[in-house]
Amino acid sequence: MENHNLETRFQNKIDQEIKIEPRDWMPDAYRKTNIRQISQHAHSEIVGMLPEGNWISRAPSLKRKAILLAKVQDEAGHGLYLYAAAETLGQSREQMIEDLHSGRAKYSSIFNYPTLTWADMGAIGWLVDGAAIMNQVMLTRTSYGPYARAMVRICKEESFHQRQGFEVLLVLSKGSEAQKAMCQDAINRWWWPALMMFGPRDSESTNSDMSMKWKIKRKSNDELRQQFVDMIAEQVKLLNMTLPDAQLRYNENTKHYDFGEINWDEFWQVVKGNGPCNKERLAARKKAWEEGRWVREAATAYAAKQKQKQKAA
Amino acid sequence: MQLIRKFYYGDIPEDAAGAAKAVPAQPASDWPLWEVFIRSKQGLEHKHVGSLHAADADMAIENARDVYTRRSEGISIWVVESKHIKTSSPDAAAELYEPAQDKIYRHPTFYDLPDEIKHM
Amino acid sequence: MTNASLVDLTLYLADSTLVLGQRNGDWCGHGPVLEQDIAITNITLDLIGQARSFYQYAAQLIGNGCTEDQLAYWRNEREFKNCLLCERPNGDWAQTILRQTFFSFYQRELFAQLLNGNDSTLSAIAEKSLKEISYHCRWSGEWVCRLGDGTEESHRRLEAATENLWPYVGELFIAAPYETAMQIDTAAIKKGWSDAIDTLFTEATLSPVSLSSTFMHTGGKTGQHTEALGYLLAEMQYVQRSFPGCEW
Repeated sequence: MENHNLETRFQNKIDQEIKIEPRDWMPDAYRKTNIRQISQHAHSEIVGMLPEGNWISRAPSLKRKAILLAKVQDEAGHGLYLYAAAETLGQSREQMIEDLHSGRAKYSSIFNYPTLTWADMGAIGWLVDGAAIMNQVMLTRTSYGPYARAMVRICKEESFHQRQGFEVLLVLSKGSEAQKAMCQDAINRWWWPALMMFGPRDSESTNSDMSMKWKIKRKSNDELRQQFVDMIAEQVKLLNMTLPDAQLRYNENTKHYDFGEINWDEFWQVVKGNGPCNKERLAARKKAWEEGRWVREAATAYAAKQKQKQKAA
Repeated sequence: MQLIRKFYYGDIPEDAAGAAKAVPAQPASDWPLWEVFIRSKQGLEHKHVGSLHAADADMAIENARDVYTRRSEGISIWVVESKHIKTSSPDAAAELYEPAQDKIYRHPTFYDLPDEIKHM
Repeated sequence: MTNASLVDLTLYLADSTLVLGQRNGDWCGHGPVLEQDIAITNITLDLIGQARSFYQYAAQLIGNGCTEDQLAYWRNEREFKNCLLCERPNGDWAQTILRQTFFSFYQRELFAQLLNGNDSTLSAIAEKSLKEISYHCRWSGEWVCRLGDGTEESHRRLEAATENLWPYVGELFIAAPYETAMQIDTAAIKKGWSDAIDTLFTEATLSPVSLSSTFMHTGGKTGQHTEALGYLLAEMQYVQRSFPGCEW
């Protein structure tokens, strides 16, 4: 069959909101874009375990320790669901992990920022997970079936993350002066990086056009970012805290919040590997993977021996 | 033109079916992929929930328990190595499924019965 | 009369599960493969959950508004009663697995006695925990087999872990005064534990080790620890202690 016909049929399916499944014909670029995006998403979950993982040993109460453990563990689960979705496109998990370690594959830059105080656990849940959810809710309707299904599962679990984050801050905001200061400081540090999570401005995003046509992505970076600002600008009032942006104000004409300019130089520097923790994060992942090699090999060897024994019996 | 590329999931790729690139050999430390099916409560069927890696079947069950039932989603688990699942080809979809579409007389709504008969 | 012993025993159970949970928690995000990262964190969550039940009970026995967090975060290294085994460092996956195996197999014997003991609260906590423990025994036991009978390297590492940890298991079977008072039969625990470990070691192709021929360290149960515990507590407790009297 003509490639042209296949492409037309493929696009028709997309336009009719019919999901694409693993064995269906798809343009090479669609497959590549999905592998890139899903694996990048998976890596973000896995690297994202590290900044919060920092505070498991130091959580200030047993209840918070258990909640944080469960939350970071959920992120491992989310990474796993996503790797599995990408594997349906013919990419092995090991390959994806190697791409991460070699620097070929990216992950969300937000995780290259340090977690300096306990309040960061709240700010990450509220702002970072909050920003991620905007993307993720949109992705539950993405055109590639396994990705959409993974996202449905993830979104169900993710709402606990944002709520627990807000609650951490809420408790701090009602606490001692030192706790309030800790809370405001964390918001100050995480606000701008959270806005950067939505990616470059629409006018500068190279991947967006095709992604929108193929309904991999269904809202633009700027649309999602604005939605996020509108939401957080209201919620911050409940904490009696402020967002670190002098230009932030409600615009009666647009019915949206206006906000200041993101430091795009910082954004690109962190993307390129010069963020405060890029090297530490990648080093931690590589170390875990390398030191785990003998463990994985042992399990493989043991499974082979057991199979042999069963055959012999 | 070699633009058409087919991808297979849960199936052993057949070269004849037009797979363009051979998947690199699995390194020794990469555990095989398993498909996971979970019964959420007594009386319901096992349903596919996702996949994971494990070195052997026992580990696959335990991993499935740890990964897919963290929020009490299940009471029974099936696992099967992904390579053992044979999938019908999307290319054959027309011949496989479309012939059923015009057999509308198989559905109860096809039959017009007097209103007096409430339940049938 | 036995109230002080009951409190001490409860604290021993709480401290041991918390300290091991604290150790295991360091694996979260750093496991050898994603699926096992998730698995060991499930065990950690079970241990922290058990610790909380015991601390809450101890706090209730102590009274005067005592809370679980006061007991976990405001007691010093000489007051902690956890067994030494639980505070040993994570080392590699082999050492972590073996430490878990030794402790879970021990818990299975001990908690069976608590289940049938006189104290109804401890009995209830034991009943709930035994389901978790039985899974921990299965999971860690299977890993001992995989590592023991896996590759040459894994076998060597597991043997090394055995050598490191073995001197700390003897303490489990020497009754502290509060255990004697609470009628814990450590001889029976020792018997059940070493039979099960012998069987496991045979299956895992590990050389058998004898409990009597190794010099055993003691003291954890009564508050005399290895150097490792002080660092663990300093890290765990610092936020609470930096901001006294706060809600979190």
